[in-house]
Amino acid sequence: MARKITYQQAINEALDQEMSRDQNVIVMGEDVAGGEGSPGEQDAWGGVLGVTRGLYHKHPGRVIDTPISESGYVGAAIGAACVGMRPVAELMFVDFLGVCFDQIFNQAAKFRYMFGGKSETPVVIRAMYGAGFRAAAQHSQCLYNIFTHIPGLKVVVPSNPYDAKGLLIQSIRDNDPVIFLEHKALYTMEGDVPEESYAIPFGEAAVVREGHDVTIVAIGRMVQKAQEAAAELQKQGIHCEIIDPRTTSPLDTDTILESVEKTGRLVVVDESHPRCSMASDIAGLAAERVFGSLKAPIRQVTGFHSPVPFSDTLEELYIPSAAKIIAAVQSTKEYK
Amino acid sequence: MTKTLTREDLLKAYRTMRTIREFEERLHTDFATGEIPGFVHLYAGEEASATGVCMNLTADDHIASTHRGHGHCIAKGVDPVGMMAEIWGKKTGTCKGKGGSMHIADLSVGMLGANGIVGGGGPLVCGTALAAKLRNQPFVSVCFFGDGASNQGTIFEAMNLASVWNLPVIFLAENNGYAEATSSKFSVACDNIADRASAFGMPGITVDGFDFFAVYEAAGAAIDRARKGGGPSLVEVKLSRYYGHFEGDQQTYRAPGEVQAIRDTKDCLLQFARRVTSSGEITQAELDAIDADVKALIDGSVVKAKSDPKPTEADLLTDVYVSY
Repeated sequence: MARKITYQQAINEALDQEMSRDQNVIVMGEDVAGGEGSPGEQDAWGGVLGVTRGLYHKHPGRVIDTPISESGYVGAAIGAACVGMRPVAELMFVDFLGVCFDQIFNQAAKFRYMFGGKSETPVVIRAMYGAGFRAAAQHSQCLYNIFTHIPGLKVVVPSNPYDAKGLLIQSIRDNDPVIFLEHKALYTMEGDVPEESYAIPFGEAAVVREGHDVTIVAIGRMVQKAQEAAAELQKQGIHCEIIDPRTTSPLDTDTILESVEKTGRLVVVDESHPRCSMASDIAGLAAERVFGSLKAPIRQVTGFHSPVPFSDTLEELYIPSAAKIIAAVQSTKEYK
Repeated sequence: MTKTLTREDLLKAYRTMRTIREFEERLHTDFATGEIPGFVHLYAGEEASATGVCMNLTADDHIASTHRGHGHCIAKGVDPVGMMAEIWGKKTGTCKGKGGSMHIADLSVGMLGANGIVGGGGPLVCGTALAAKLRNQPFVSVCFFGDGASNQGTIFEAMNLASVWNLPVIFLAENNGYAEATSSKFSVACDNIADRASAFGMPGITVDGFDFFAVYEAAGAAIDRARKGGGPSLVEVKLSRYYGHFEGDQQTYRAPGEVQAIRDTKDCLLQFARRVTSSGEITQAELDAIDADVKALIDGSVVKAKSDPKPTEADLLTDVYVSY
């Protein structure tokens, strides 16, 4: 039965259900219990934003606090996965990738290939990402592009509570290393989520809105912004088709390209920096594969080639807005 | 208590050390012909370490290794014939020719891989050890690392993590005196790497890495302690490599005659043979027979590696994912 819960609750429920289903699923990270070894409550926090709250008591011994040692415990999660555990390691902020990237991209991502297909590393690394919290440059990035670049990793960017639950369950059951990225501004978003367990396959984009004039491909939180823009554009008689790839690796290129062939116009919305981004990747894909279908230049709506700023005036300028998406869509319609 | 070595154990230890030596000496010779691709880092001279440690392990225990990993692989039970083919870049290799010397792994015998990243293995063994602990299995994990890796943050993080989680891990520092061309006298800030153990709340010990028996005893005590739930240890073995950081390294940073003097006076195989023959436990004839056996094995592995097929275009994109 579906009922409305938040994105954050959907993630908690996915972890809870998978931990109940499979004893090999463990959760580890900084403060995922929170309070371990302290004089107060042992699960005082349940994650820095409370995403894992309640799991510590339901699954004794399997929600494991770590020292602030990202290389140490992310590597430990990877090692445990090599021997059949299904660890979910929480990196807290994806920005902290910088201190443990080696374990992810030189170890986990490459084991299967380097070892001639004789290993499996079913690890999930969860992290929150994205701007909008006045959290400044070291707590606001969208680094899915970097992970997407690395063969051997799968990268998941759910845009709503339903997808968050189904994609996290798939991530845990998947036999490859998965980077699962949660936009911090979506944690309070509510949506219909079935109580029962379900998995959403990777590499299957969702057509969030159908339309015949312009294709908008939007990543993560940008799906919401694209929906705002499309509702406004509808009033102007412009019918947008919105595609949410849901996973950037694997990427459902067929759904994207088929839509572009239908509409002849493409706007890609990606909150990250513009260079070597999902926006440039998808734009390049369309330019190479369906050039003949394009009626206008591809437009990319992205953050800037700058760190994410702190002050609210600057941060709001940085984050792609519905207004910018509207302008980009209009420009493709007006192109002669 | 460390298990008392039987005659069979002694013969096995000698065979393992001789296999590693023969494998590495043969690679040294063949590399000079230019036929072997890529980077090769030889373990010759350090055999007592891998062998002394792994004689205390079973296939259910795990080890993580280094770029200088051939010895650890052989001591843990990886097939030398597959290893040779791997190093020659052949499809029949341990990793289908996709890993090479620095990435030989065989999880079926608990070998988590040589590793091209210095210090990469420390966190990984915390994971295999955590799995054993959560499953109530008496398995231990050993992280081999060098004096160079002893200065890496990953090793510090892993030692702290292993201690706070009370994991069955042995941090096995192989101090061969040089991180590439930089002396450990310069790069390691304390007298012994083992001195760092107390900072992580674990016991530390330094032993003579040329002496198989010393390594076997020290590692055995640490492994026994870990198996019984006593937590991690740091064991430092001081030893020397006979060849350069990589093949082709002229070792101009070492004193003239340094390696030869060690070969003449401290060599682990020489010491081992002298001890077991003088005690009467093993005869020289038995050791000679092993030498001949091993030589035939390694000769055969090279002949096979040379004639085996290389991977083809069909292999390029397989094994990236389990499914994609």
